[in-house]
Amino acid sequence: MWNLANPTVFIALTRRALPWLAVATAMLFAIGLWLSFAAPPDYQQGETVRIMYLHVPAAWMSTFIYGVMALAALGTLVWRHPMADAAQKAAAPLGAGFTFICLATGSLWGKPMWGTYWVWDARLTSVLVLFILYLGLIALWRTIEDAGRAARAAAILTLVGCVNLPIIKFSVDWWNTLHQPASVFRLGGPTIAPELLWPLLIMSLAFTLLFITLHVMAIRNEILRRRVARLTMMAAARDDRLAPGLAPAGMRP
Amino acid sequence: MTRKGRRLTLIGAALAIIAFAAALALYALSDSIVFFYGPTEVLQKNPTPGTRLRIGGLVKAGSLVKTEDQKAAFTITDNANNVAVTYQGLLPDLFREGQGVVAEGVLEAPGRFHADTVLAKHDERYMPREVVDALKKQGRWQEGEAKP
Repeated sequence: MWNLANPTVFIALTRRALPWLAVATAMLFAIGLWLSFAAPPDYQQGETVRIMYLHVPAAWMSTFIYGVMALAALGTLVWRHPMADAAQKAAAPLGAGFTFICLATGSLWGKPMWGTYWVWDARLTSVLVLFILYLGLIALWRTIEDAGRAARAAAILTLVGCVNLPIIKFSVDWWNTLHQPASVFRLGGPTIAPELLWPLLIMSLAFTLLFITLHVMAIRNEILRRRVARLTMMAAARDDRLAPGLAPAGMRP
Repeated sequence: MTRKGRRLTLIGAALAIIAFAAALALYALSDSIVFFYGPTEVLQKNPTPGTRLRIGGLVKAGSLVKTEDQKAAFTITDNANNVAVTYQGLLPDLFREGQGVVAEGVLEAPGRFHADTVLAKHDERYMPREVVDALKKQGRWQEGEAKP
């Protein structure tokens, strides 16, 4: 397991694991989508309830990915591990994507059920803050050129942003909101009938596997990108030694 | 203590302080974070007539009166206090007696409210229609049973 922290081992192992992950993801999505359309309509929302099978898994992933990023941020700040840097950087765009899906589907669900696309209640606002945090982290990664410094800056912002996670989860309990309270992860068990709950759980598993697949791919890309950058630097330094003045000024050792 | 241990302690302490600060800020702001007030809170706070606010609660059973020109009058209740609401416009699909709603508008007098927007609130329960029918048959179903 700890071998995975070695980039070379990670590349070799994930090369074999990725096709299987991708196939498993596709199969789970096929089953989950089929079940989502086969599930009975809700007693008050009718067919519209099917938006739940996209909205809720995307919402769970949006916070789960932030949690993954926070753990990687600890790896960066405490253990100074380059793989933690790569895991952090690779997760941010994925988190932003899932959060966007959550916000977009929620908005489309809100119009027919609540009568509005958007309100500034505590749940909706805190998830929008999460989305902006993801965008800010992506921007931070792109602003700082030195990879190590970028990783430490992003890690600090990620950890500060962690306070938003309990706010998102408990916003519907602490304050009056238009958004409903939790239906699944709540004291006293789920308030969704099993016929409607099963497709939701399968879809959540599919979303989780999709994230793992994309995250592994993105980490591989990041490792390879760093290797290319290092090789380019070395080549530039070598060329500079052989023919001084030809390499761009910034590249000279 | 190792350097890693020191860094971990530092991060833990910083996070605890940030969390505490956030908690204080949110607690202080909780009056403006809430999306709506219930009828009881509105009566207690007694805002001056003409104030814009949102009132949320259940549509009281038997209180809905629809007249011409899409005009509607109904009562929002939290089972302790009531606010009479008037509204003109389309009501959301989920709007019905016993259902949770949020009305946005102007308080005309204590206990009397004119809404320009009515939003439906749905609860956390999801189930097929047959299950609800079965529960109703057994007499174990109450509309608006969950808290709004």
